[in-house]
Amino acid sequence: MAQFIQSHSAPDLRPAGLRGVAADFSSDQRAFKTASWGKAMMWIFLLSDTFVFGCFLLAYMTARMSTPVAWPNPSEVFALHIGGQDVPLILIAIMTFVLISSSGTMAMAVNFGYRKERARTAALMLVTALLGATFVGMQAFEWTKLISEGVRPWENPWGAAQFGSTFFMITGFHGTHVTIGVIFLLIVARKVWRGDFDEERRGFFTSRKGHYEAVEIMGLYWHFVDLVWVFIFAFFYLW
Amino acid sequence: MSETTAHIQAPTQAHSGQQHPIRLYLLVWGLLFVLSAFSYMVDYVGIQGYARWSLILLFMMLKAGLIVAVFMHMAWERLALVYAILLPPPVLVLVFTALMVSEADYTILTRLAFFDTAP
Repeated sequence: MAQFIQSHSAPDLRPAGLRGVAADFSSDQRAFKTASWGKAMMWIFLLSDTFVFGCFLLAYMTARMSTPVAWPNPSEVFALHIGGQDVPLILIAIMTFVLISSSGTMAMAVNFGYRKERARTAALMLVTALLGATFVGMQAFEWTKLISEGVRPWENPWGAAQFGSTFFMITGFHGTHVTIGVIFLLIVARKVWRGDFDEERRGFFTSRKGHYEAVEIMGLYWHFVDLVWVFIFAFFYLW
Repeated sequence: MSETTAHIQAPTQAHSGQQHPIRLYLLVWGLLFVLSAFSYMVDYVGIQGYARWSLILLFMMLKAGLIVAVFMHMAWERLALVYAILLPPPVLVLVFTALMVSEADYTILTRLAFFDTAP
C-alpha cells in the first residue's frame, strides 16, 4: 500500500481513473495533484468565463426563438463583394482561420517554452499576438461595415431588431477577450525574451518565481478564446 | 501488490510540464483547418434544415474537442481536474437551454396571439 501514500514529490503513484478522482478530492491540502496553483486557477477562471459566454449565446437563442420577425440571414449579411460577386461569410471564414493559426503557434510556443528555447518561444508568442491583432482588426472592419449599413443595437435593415444587439454584445465581448489576450501575450513574451523564466525572476505583481509554465497558462487563455470563437462561429454565423 | 499496480498510473510528465511532439500539434492544427473548411462549406454549398444543423454541431464539437484535449492538454491532466472543469458547463448550460427554450416558446406564442405579427 506504500503506493497510496501521498506526497508532492511523487504524484505519479496516485491511483488513476474514477478511483483517482475520489482519492484526489478526498485528499489533504489540494485536489488537483498535477496541476499547479496557477494552472488550476486559470482553469477555474476559464470555467466561469464559459458560463459568461454560455449565457450570451443562450440570450441570443432566446431572442431569436421568441421573435415573430424573420432573423437576418448571416450568410448574406456577412458576405463580401469580391471580384464582381458576393462571397458568403468570407470575412468570418478568414477570421476563423487566422484565430486557429494563432492557436497553432501558441501551442508550439508552449512546447518550445518547456524545452527552454527562449528565442523561439518569444518569437512564436509574438506571431500569436500578431495574428490576434489581425483578428481584432478584421473585426473592427466588420463592425464598421455593418454600422455603415445601418445596423444598430435597436434596429437593422434586414429583419429582427435583436440581431444588432446580440451581434455587438457577443462579438464585442469576444473581441475584448482577444485584445486582452494580445496584451497578456506581449507581457509574457517580453518576460520569456528577457530570460525571466530561466533565472526564476520574481513577477512584479505576485512576487512569485517565474517558470515556463506561465507560457502554458497564457496558452490556456488563448486557446479558450479560440474555443469560444468555435461556438460563436457555429451558432451566430452559421446557424 | 499485484492488484494495486493496476491502479497506478505510469509515470508521466508531472513536473517537467506538458511535453508532446510538435508533430501532434501540427496534425491537430491541420485537422482544425479542415474541419473549419467543412463547416464553412456547409454554408457555402447551402445545406439547409436538419442536415445543416447536425453538420454544424458535429464540426463544432470535433473542433472544440481537439482544442481542449490537445492544445489545452486536457487529455493528459488528471481526471479530477478534467471532471471539475469539463462536467459543469454542458450539464448546467443544457439545463438552462431547456428552460429558455420553453420560455422562448411561450413568448413567441404570446406575441403571435396578442400582436398578430405572424411572419
